Amino acid sequence: MAYEITLITSMAISVLFALSLNFITGFCGQISLGHAAFMGVGAYTTAAMMKAGVPFIATIPVAAVLAGCLGVLVGIASLRVRHDFLAITTMGVVFLFVGIVRQQDFLGGEIGISGIQASSFGRIGFMAFCLLLAAAFAVFSLVIKRSWMGFVFDSIADNEDVSRVLGIDVSKYKLIAFVVGTAAAGVAGSLYAQQFRFVGPDSFGFVESVSVLAMVIVGGIGSVWGVAVAAAGLSVMPLMIQFVDDYKILVYSALLFSMMRWAPDGLAGIVNRSVKRIRRRS
Amino acid sequence: MQPVLEVKNVTVRFGGVTAVDNASLTINRGDLIGFVGPNGAGKTTLMRVITGIVKPQEGEVLLEGGSLLGMSINQRIRAGLALAQQIVQPLRAMTLLENVALACGAAKTSNPLVAMRSFDRSAENQRAMELLTRVGLKDAAHSEPSKLPLGYLKRLEVARALALNPKLLLLDEPLAGLNQSEAQSLADLIKTLNADGLTILLIEHNLREVMRICPQVYVQELGRSLAFGPAKEIMARPDVIRAYLGGTVDA
Repeated sequence: MAYEITLITSMAISVLFALSLNFITGFCGQISLGHAAFMGVGAYTTAAMMKAGVPFIATIPVAAVLAGCLGVLVGIASLRVRHDFLAITTMGVVFLFVGIVRQQDFLGGEIGISGIQASSFGRIGFMAFCLLLAAAFAVFSLVIKRSWMGFVFDSIADNEDVSRVLGIDVSKYKLIAFVVGTAAAGVAGSLYAQQFRFVGPDSFGFVESVSVLAMVIVGGIGSVWGVAVAAAGLSVMPLMIQFVDDYKILVYSALLFSMMRWAPDGLAGIVNRSVKRIRRRS
Repeated sequence: MQPVLEVKNVTVRFGGVTAVDNASLTINRGDLIGFVGPNGAGKTTLMRVITGIVKPQEGEVLLEGGSLLGMSINQRIRAGLALAQQIVQPLRAMTLLENVALACGAAKTSNPLVAMRSFDRSAENQRAMELLTRVGLKDAAHSEPSKLPLGYLKRLEVARALALNPKLLLLDEPLAGLNQSEAQSLADLIKTLNADGLTILLIEHNLREVMRICPQVYVQELGRSLAFGPAKEIMARPDVIRAYLGGTVDA
């Protein structure tokens, strides 16, 4: 039973993390190759605060705010760059993050912070809490997608020059997407720190950033349920299948490649097309 | 009466090249002005000064008396400009109706906090349908832009610009790339829009249609304002003919 609890908890954290990137990349069309940095900010915030004796629950809002603040900074710096250039810029952010964290003694340097206390939730309570947060963010995403904000995001993802000609303040909307997405990643990081009771600089690097992007792309960029399913699946695969764990990067990269080549709209696209085909036949 | 748009002594230099040289233009409410000139006359550059893509070294641009300089393109659109672009740019993942409805929702999209809490699109869809009907695209309202010919997309540009309720509509070569009958019917539409009270600045190479629908023309040559006034009078002037045909004209 303890194993299943760990599995479901990790799954919920991955779903929240992937949905937070989906808000930026899927909804607003802004590619990010450095999303793990924001999760890292959240994780380190919770780890450091809990070490100082602050209860877990009180660290979550702080983690969200700090990750969101870094999100605003990166967002402002990224407003002038697009597409490939934005990918490179955000990639720089994650290398910067890891590079800086490694040098800080109060963050444990290379070794990281271990021995983080357990929360007062208990194992099952913590699992339920993670599931609740992931579900809440999924619902929030769905609501935004249906709102006029989602409509504007669609137009920016489609062609931001046209959005400007239609009188839309593109920069403002992009910043909002960055803040919401990075703050949610901070919360995911906070949960991560509590789940593993350990944070280290290697847990939030470029590889993790690409892994979460793989989840978003495999699920279908912009599709809330598609990304949630892909994140759940891809996060438990390495835990359940030893081979995947040994060759995680290889498997993720192969999946990423095949999706981009044969189904760029991801699982959501495959399912939507199949449903249409079946309907047409009947 | 206060003019809708005033361009005052605008000069734009790109390095050593002077693209627009001390150009001035005044547009009054209800005007339909044809903006013509040979290739390289700086028409597009002046249009870009008005929309804010190009910053002039000298001069001023006023919309209803308020300076536009220093404002971004989306702020200028909110202030009352609307632009139909020469190279059509539909939002390709949306239907024509959604393209226009998004522009109709300016009141909801100007503040993200309002946009977040607004879900109903029925009023905007209804208005978008009216506008599409007006430009003759009612039947294609639910089609995707990638499946439609250029003539449709040119009309979509116009419908989307109208959706912004502009004080001044800027049309950048709306007839370019269309065949004679398509061009004629779109020109007729432009004339009707003007007759209904819309102020329009029309940049266009198709002189035949400009002469047919525009009461006034503004001619630019080598970046300078060459002539401005009633279309027939201006186009009969020897210096205007020379600018277009090159060389001298013997009367």
